[in-house]
Amino acid sequence: MNIPKELLYTKDHEWVKEDGGQAYLGITDFAQEQLGDIVFVEMPEVDAEVKAGDSVAVIESVKTVSSVFSPISGQVVSVNEELESSPELLNEDPYGNHIAVIAIEDSQELNQLMSADQYEAFCREQE
Amino acid sequence: MSLKRTPLYEMHLKYGGKMVDFGGWELPVQYQGIIKEHDMVRQKAGLFDVSHMGEIDVQGEKAQDFIRSLVTNNIQLLEEHQIQYTPMCYPHGGVVDDLLVYKYSPTHFLLVVNAANESKDYAWIKEHVQPGVEVQNVSAQFAQLAIQGPLAEEILQKITDTDLRGIKFFYFKPDVKVAGVECLVSRTGYTGEDGFELYLQPDNAPRVWEALLQAGGDNISPAGLGARDLLRFEAKLPLYGQEMDQDVTPLEAGLGFFVKLDGPDFIGKEALVKQKQAAAPRMLIEFEMIDKGIPRSHYPVQKDGQQIGWVTSGSHSPTLGKSVGLALVKRDAFQEGGEIDIIIREKPFRARMGKGIFYQKKTKK
Repeated sequence: MNIPKELLYTKDHEWVKEDGGQAYLGITDFAQEQLGDIVFVEMPEVDAEVKAGDSVAVIESVKTVSSVFSPISGQVVSVNEELESSPELLNEDPYGNHIAVIAIEDSQELNQLMSADQYEAFCREQE
Repeated sequence: MSLKRTPLYEMHLKYGGKMVDFGGWELPVQYQGIIKEHDMVRQKAGLFDVSHMGEIDVQGEKAQDFIRSLVTNNIQLLEEHQIQYTPMCYPHGGVVDDLLVYKYSPTHFLLVVNAANESKDYAWIKEHVQPGVEVQNVSAQFAQLAIQGPLAEEILQKITDTDLRGIKFFYFKPDVKVAGVECLVSRTGYTGEDGFELYLQPDNAPRVWEALLQAGGDNISPAGLGARDLLRFEAKLPLYGQEMDQDVTPLEAGLGFFVKLDGPDFIGKEALVKQKQAAAPRMLIEFEMIDKGIPRSHYPVQKDGQQIGWVTSGSHSPTLGKSVGLALVKRDAFQEGGEIDIIIREKPFRARMGKGIFYQKKTKK
């Protein structure tokens, strides 16, 4: 299972990359593997205000529907529009394709997230 | 309760099957991915383990009349070694199950039923059994494989002693040797493609499974339940529990073709005759999404803000390249080309009702 060292992780299998006060949000390799073939991503609205724990996107795979939760509060700065026509990119390269970018309001929230090592241990417990 | 395993369990693990609980059976939802497996079946061939299906053997002098009294279709017209699809109903017209009737002879039939309904069906049939008929649940005596796709015949022929061209659509041969193993082979399936189903002794199943994959090489791959459901859905083949159940009649579910009301009596006939005369209050309709969204089973369907029914099956269709669905709605709400709303996560998504939206089956007549 692919878990890049430089990213932060949630228990719902999202990844976060902090860059210049903004959080890039995506789903992990584990998540895409569990979901199977992804066929549709319902994106948040740009400029929407989200709170940590809110569902910001919905991912539909052939077999199931799953929410993406933002662990970060703030305004949605942009979404990855490429996923609207090519949702399968989340299967092919889950870390190379973020879903949304959020302007971080409270950087303390980043401290709640898991490191790559912690996330790997967490995934192992799930199996 | 532990999950039941088919004789091909080890094969599923060997080929990387992602195992899930499917109505009490531990079966692969996918191996390489649902869409890849789906595409293989539409373009080349796929191999499915459908050993979970139930088989009920009916024998005796009165076997034919007995089965006719239970099902809606005119099985008395079957030739030997012919097969028929039919609903089986309750007195009120709701469906007990939908099944295949295999006719060995006028005194010997095999009923192939849905796995989830096996005990219910067996109990129902036993409850109505008549003198001169013997009914046995023989599910444990059969493994079942399905090889489906445009190359299915070519691949199966390589390891079969019988000329498969002699088995026409919805016919079978009871004594075919496949990889040296005795099988009942029928030209049937649940994908909308040409293909065969093989019934055989459980112990022999892994050998035949491996032989088929070897004979097909790059032109065949194992396919899981996810691909099976997607393929049957695209071809608009009904699934018990979704398109119909005990509260939906076959007339409402668009299965009127399989309900023969002008012949002998059967359980549910009276209710179905009445419903047909009055026109069923609900009907199964096809729709395609206008807005971007994926319809799923049980999602509410609205027209002009009023609920008119619900989605029975829905999905993004790789073959059609769009999201489509089936819905059971109030009859007077249907209008070809008319707009409806599918309620997805409490929001309305526009869809258009239509006819002939689904995949045109490639089965051979």
